[in-house]
Amino acid sequence: MPTQPIKFYQVGSFAVGNRLLPDDQRSVQSEAARTNALNCGHRACQGCGEALGARYALDAAMRATGGQLIAVNATGCLEVFSTPYPETSWQIPWIHSLFGNAPAVATGIAAALRAKGRTDVRVVGQGGDGGTVDIGFACLSGMFERNDDVLFICYDNEAYMNTGVQRSAATPPAARTTTTPAVGPQPGNAFGQGKNAPLIAMAHEIGYVATATVAGLRDLERKVSRAMEFRGARYLHILVPCPLGWGSAPADTIKIARLAEQTGLFPVFEAAAGEVVSVSKIRRKAPVEDYLRLQTRYAHLFKDADGAATIARLQRMADRNIARFGLLDAGSPGAAQPATTSGEEGA
Amino acid sequence: MDKPFAITLDPGSSRANKTGSWRTERPVYVDLMPPCNHACPAGEDVQQWLYRAEDGGYESAWQQVMAANPLPAVMGRVCYRPCETACNRGQLDAAVGINSVERFLGDQAITAGWTVPVTAPDSGRHVLIVGAGPSGLSAAYHLRLLGHRVTIRDQAPRPGGMMRYGIPAYRLPRDVLDAEIDRILAMGVTFEQATVTDVRTAMAEGGFDAAFLAVGAQHGRRAYIPAGDSARILDAVTLLHATADGEPPQLGRRVAVYGGGNTAMDAARTARRLGAADAVVVYRRTRDRMPAHDVEVEEAADEGVRMMWLSTVAAADQGKLRIEKMRLDETGFPQPTGEFTELAADTLVLALGQESELSLLDGVPGITISDGVVQVGPDLMTGHPGIFAGGDMVPAERTVTVGIGHGQRAARGIDAWLTEDHEQGNEADRASAVGTAAAEPRLADFSRLNTWYYSDAPATVRPQLDAARRISTFHEVTSGLSETTALFEARRCLSCGNCFECDNCYGVCPDNAVIKLGSGQRYQIDLDYCKGCGICAAECPCGAIDMIPERI
Ligand SMILES: Cc1cc2nc3c(=O)[nH]c(=O)nc-3n(C[C@H](O)[C@H](O)[C@H](O)COP(=O)(O)OP(=O)(O)OC[C@H]3O[C@@H](n4cnc5c(N)ncnc54)[C@H](O)[C@@H]3O)c2cc1C
Ligand SMILES: Cc1ncc(C[n+]2csc(CCOP(=O)(O)OP(=O)(O)O)c2C)c(N)n1
Ligand code: SF4
Ligand code: SF4
Ligand SMILES: [Mg+2]
Repeated sequence: MPTQPIKFYQVGSFAVGNRLLPDDQRSVQSEAARTNALNCGHRACQGCGEALGARYALDAAMRATGGQLIAVNATGCLEVFSTPYPETSWQIPWIHSLFGNAPAVATGIAAALRAKGRTDVRVVGQGGDGGTVDIGFACLSGMFERNDDVLFICYDNEAYMNTGVQRSAATPPAARTTTTPAVGPQPGNAFGQGKNAPLIAMAHEIGYVATATVAGLRDLERKVSRAMEFRGARYLHILVPCPLGWGSAPADTIKIARLAEQTGLFPVFEAAAGEVVSVSKIRRKAPVEDYLRLQTRYAHLFKDADGAATIARLQRMADRNIARFGLLDAGSPGAAQPATTSGEEGA
Repeated sequence: MDKPFAITLDPGSSRANKTGSWRTERPVYVDLMPPCNHACPAGEDVQQWLYRAEDGGYESAWQQVMAANPLPAVMGRVCYRPCETACNRGQLDAAVGINSVERFLGDQAITAGWTVPVTAPDSGRHVLIVGAGPSGLSAAYHLRLLGHRVTIRDQAPRPGGMMRYGIPAYRLPRDVLDAEIDRILAMGVTFEQATVTDVRTAMAEGGFDAAFLAVGAQHGRRAYIPAGDSARILDAVTLLHATADGEPPQLGRRVAVYGGGNTAMDAARTARRLGAADAVVVYRRTRDRMPAHDVEVEEAADEGVRMMWLSTVAAADQGKLRIEKMRLDETGFPQPTGEFTELAADTLVLALGQESELSLLDGVPGITISDGVVQVGPDLMTGHPGIFAGGDMVPAERTVTVGIGHGQRAARGIDAWLTEDHEQGNEADRASAVGTAAAEPRLADFSRLNTWYYSDAPATVRPQLDAARRISTFHEVTSGLSETTALFEARRCLSCGNCFECDNCYGVCPDNAVIKLGSGQRYQIDLDYCKGCGICAAECPCGAIDMIPERI
């Protein structure tokens, strides 16, 4: 007789909350008394993934540190939409720095706290992909190699959104931005450029590196808590869809983040001391078209045969990620899909 | 306040900035009609009782079932489960085993002795019910809850109707049936064994204020079959009735059953249990056109019942039948082919449907009988004021479930009729009392769901007695779920169209514009800050949020 001793909770841990779960398994975001580090009235666009990701991450960090937290913010949307003088949306100690130096400022605050013996207070540095992967990168690399006691969080919306959607080194190939227009023989951002910040962070062999998306709340919260168990340099890279810059419907923000994960385009994993230690497996594999079609920054790919070839190329990138990070369980739907070996395309 | 250098204003909160003004659409919580509830002929709020069962609140879940259906343990065994056919989860993996959970709750109630108290004050009115089948019993139960006195008369010695004298014990054990019927009778229902030959006389003599007729369809339909003197022919209802009485007829070793409905399957399976080595169902059309439900056909086949498709019985003689082969014409109707074969059979059982015996209505003014059934209004009142009818004797699908639903609807109709001012003839009130006037909420269809959020979980299969064992006995074929599996099954419900407080909207709003009101209180949108992005509606697993345009 097939009696199942398994615990089955209807929405398990996929939904934000679940009345059937024991208290200790509930998410921070499901709590009526969560910090709401980022308060109402901020000026982010409708459906902003960055506003959502920042609240998820900082509320989790607040719980992990018992409220003893200082956040250092690089210039970017997150700073501009939250603190137009004299108002602020921040309900935690928060300091604004420049576009390019947030990791260094965070390092300085951590050093000051150590000097004052306030090791109970923890420091988070945060910025957009421009502030992290481009202009702030030297400061960030220095923070890593010195193993300064900071968790740095990059909210990756894949371009410089605050100044009007310019390409960054995190902009994916073929995506249209104002500086990579959809014209000419290779419309959109070029293939073979850009850098993968999580992998570079791992190359510093720091204690903890992880990626996450706003579609995986429990995973994101768990990673923030995990990061707060360490001292030293830690890095969390969160994919945050941007309806404005990506040309997507505001209601689709989470759906798009989920598809980035389920296509394999954005691998979600955890690494310690330079080695990947866990990956989030794909649960419902989807072709890259499903992801691309929801965003007008890829609209040019759906016009002609060249576009179709580019989509196939993006699919190979996704397949390479799947193979490289082992994103599919053997036997799971779509696992039979061959992974290409073309070495030119990075994750 | 002493301000630092170059600072002229106090820092303020961004809450001063009411971003709700950006909105062109607003989220609105809705409560929709789940497909299971919509499909249930007994009118159960399936989703609500599954919800209560999900956290182990079995008694409260059972009370919710009982709000509509007084026979959960019976229904958990014999219902054809239209709810499961409609269940949205069927489009995801497999339908929720609603019926298994209902049976589990029904069995728990019997074990624990749960009851439904009658709290309504005595109305002083007395209702006669003719027929103690599911429809009559359901009407009695609901009329008692409404405070009316009830007397049921049935020609049979014991109540139950076809549940006792038709449906075989291997599908519905009699101790279960007795327990549920006794619980209804214990609510103050008088049961009398008596045949009602004239309903008006019975009402006048007994001083009844209204009557509900639920006499069912007791007579097996006959077909003209040329037969030799020694051919043994009987009808399925007679066979099943006699078996239920503990006096099964001698059938012989080879039994042919003529017909393609559920009764044919029960007759053939009963024949196997009574010792027939060969039981053959002879049916005019093909399997896919058979009215019998798939499970019934499969279980019969598992027990060694053979099927002869596209065949009619042309003549019967001692020990053998002359069978004519049929073919389906373009319209799907069976046509004779002129080809004949012989089938060895000691007994021919006719399972060609049942007819109602309606002579108790002879001469009653206003009554319309067409196609052998009594015509009724939406409140189940016949053309004669104060006489209501339901179940197999009115035009509807003939199932226990429909009968139970009719019982409830008639009880509400009778209650409204008894309280209404007959001089005024306020019919509209009765229509709303039975729920026909009320606008139903929209259906929560599958396309509204965001199924990503539900855990992957296959249906729990009800363990079945192994076929070899079950043909020799009338023991129950399908056994129930254990508590763990019942709980598991209840938790597979998707809560289609009605908020189940998963906190998704509260969590996913980038503007913290969803206010969590606390357990059982659900949520409220803070329209001062909601920008109308629609993420909450898109990510609501069960489709309980609509986006509606703002008037701008
Ligand atoms: C073999 C068989 C198997 C079935 N299996 C299923 C099943 O698995 N699931 C399902 O949903 N449905 C099943 N059905 C159908 C179901 O049993 C009927 O639809 C249901 O019982 C009808 O209920 P009822 O109350 O209208 O009538 P009945 O159940 O037929 O009850 C009518 C009662 O009225 C009494 N009566 C009749 N005339 C008089 C009179 N003049 N005076 C006093 N009493 C009278 C009869 O004795 C009887 O007790 C089955 C039917 C048969 C025959
Ligand atoms: C040194 C310097 N150069 C340029 C700018 C203008 N600037 C402000 S924010 C920004 C882009 C921010 O992009 P990103 O870090 O990706 O954050 P996002 O706005 O996309 O969240 C730029 C170019 C600046 N503030 N300082
Ligand atoms: S999933 Fe639940 S609410 Fe939806 S149809 Fe099935 S049983 Fe009903
Ligand atoms: S998610 Fe928040 S901002 Fe978006 S529509 Fe819902 S309540 Fe409004
Ligand atoms: Mg950016």
